[in-house]
Amino acid sequence: MSSTLESHPIPQSETTSPMSQSTTESRTIPAGLPRLTTPELQKVAAKLRIDILDMIFEAQSGHPGSSLSCIDLLVNIWFSHMVWDPANPEWKERDRFIMSKGHGAPAYYATLMQAGYIPWEEKNTLRKINSNLQGHPASKYIKGCDISTGSLGQGLSCGVGMALGLQLDNISSRVIVLMGDGECQEGNVWEAVLSAAHHKSSRITAIVDRNHLQIDGDTEKVKALGQMAPKFAAFNWNTIEIDGHDYQQIQDALKQADMLAEDTDRPTVIIANTTKGKGVSFMENQAGWHGKAPNKEQYEAARAELVAAYEALQ
Amino acid sequence: MSTINLEKPELKAPRNQYGETLAALGAENPNIVVLDADLACSTQTQKFADKFPERFFNQGISEQDLINTAAGLSTTGKIPFCSTFALFAAGKGWDQIRNTVCYSGLNVKVCPTHSGLSLGEDGASHQSIEDIALMRVIPGMTVIVPSDAVETDRVIRWAAEYYGPVYVRLVRPNCPVIHDNATYQLDPAMPQKIRVEREGNDITLVATGETVYHALLAAERLQKDHGISAEVLNCLFIKPFDTQTLVASARKTGKVITVESHQIFGGLAGVVCEELSANHPTPVRRLGTQDRFGQSGTGDALFKEYGIDWEAIYNEALSWLKA
Repeated sequence: MSSTLESHPIPQSETTSPMSQSTTESRTIPAGLPRLTTPELQKVAAKLRIDILDMIFEAQSGHPGSSLSCIDLLVNIWFSHMVWDPANPEWKERDRFIMSKGHGAPAYYATLMQAGYIPWEEKNTLRKINSNLQGHPASKYIKGCDISTGSLGQGLSCGVGMALGLQLDNISSRVIVLMGDGECQEGNVWEAVLSAAHHKSSRITAIVDRNHLQIDGDTEKVKALGQMAPKFAAFNWNTIEIDGHDYQQIQDALKQADMLAEDTDRPTVIIANTTKGKGVSFMENQAGWHGKAPNKEQYEAARAELVAAYEALQ
Repeated sequence: MSTINLEKPELKAPRNQYGETLAALGAENPNIVVLDADLACSTQTQKFADKFPERFFNQGISEQDLINTAAGLSTTGKIPFCSTFALFAAGKGWDQIRNTVCYSGLNVKVCPTHSGLSLGEDGASHQSIEDIALMRVIPGMTVIVPSDAVETDRVIRWAAEYYGPVYVRLVRPNCPVIHDNATYQLDPAMPQKIRVEREGNDITLVATGETVYHALLAAERLQKDHGISAEVLNCLFIKPFDTQTLVASARKTGKVITVESHQIFGGLAGVVCEELSANHPTPVRRLGTQDRFGQSGTGDALFKEYGIDWEAIYNEALSWLKA
């Protein structure tokens, strides 16, 4: 397998400007926190798409469609929005992130490699014996991962608990939970949607990766989710609906969620309309690529597309 | 050896003790938080809620949310105790306990009440006779079944100090207090050590939770009526399990009877048979629900019907020894 790292260097991170933070931000922003511009974020995402594909091909197992649909969201969340400490994953005032759609692990791991929490050397160990990179994220092996996920439907409840705990300590950190749309068929999600509103957990931002596909096909055929924003609104949440691959919209939505956290006592959901398998033409909008590794021919074709897209951004 | 009057014991409900101990701990440790699922008045977590309303979270009738909210709280350094009925915590919350709490190694205390048959009149839909088994099989989970109010107080205090997931199985009714509150303490180095509540040579009665009292009463009456010397082991901890004390007793008596308010599979009988088979094969007779659901009735009537009261233990021991 060819190396992504050498042929496609990672864009240099900008360090933080305090101006980029909310006016009510009282935390000291950790040194070295990457705050990337939109073109830089796009380059990072294009590069991480290649890493995701490499990892899943190397493992011959994993979820390419689900990872490619959420990598743009992840890159924006981690490198333009969330406040965390590159030197200390345990920093008490860090924003919390929960990868509730744990099967998007390759995208999450790629993001954490870019963040410096997972060494790049581990990239080829995904799903292999005695690896830190389990098929679904295991908190005990991953720096910056507070809670294990994989069994769907559980992350939002955990996020509510985190928000309550932070509130007791008067820490105003954000809690960001990335969920799948199919995942929202789980009852536990709606228990948590009720709870977050009841507890007035306005620091919670839930993001739904609305790619319209789950393992058995179209979400609307398997068990229709319909218009999701009105459902959350009916549970007393603020709602924002965006194109989950449009960087301006993603960043605006995250900023708006911050403002809503201050102006309302409601949690906020961002329904991010995405394309499953985004970036690889033959994987896009195909349920069959939810949880399947490409063979060598498919891998090479997919990689060529992703490399071309990456190079076009240089 | 117990100095408690078994014929006329003082009574106290472990769940009441749980509420009182939580309220006391709340004053000692600001990191303790308590969650319930609309049963705070039954589980007695209301006692904590009244004193520390800002640290009490009622999650409503949502047990999955209950467990995961506790999980989230624990990641911020809080020590969450969460309660509901045992069947709902262990049953409805199992995947949350397994995949989120235990797999992540989180410091969550699952302390349900109303376990086993003694819940009584509400019937089989509310009687957990599988929860010990469900909790015991999860890697990293500690499983504790206190026999009375005194042990309840000590294990709740122990759980607050210990870092990691813990399941404490509590019951609804008033129960005989069989330990001296002034002197009882857990061995800090080995809290799971089985307590030999009564020494004997002819047969070993292994009990856990409420059935410890029944085993003690049976042992006393076997001695009085028939001169039979029964040893009574109190398995406060089902996991980790003190195999050494069990094997020492089995080696001495050669006959073991287990008794629990739970299925005879996977719970106390399960661990006893597994450990004896592997370490010192010994004949075992198992008292508990025999693959049968519970039903409505008083706790006493249920213990009699399902063969786990003192009389059933007495008769089982007698028939075995006289055979």
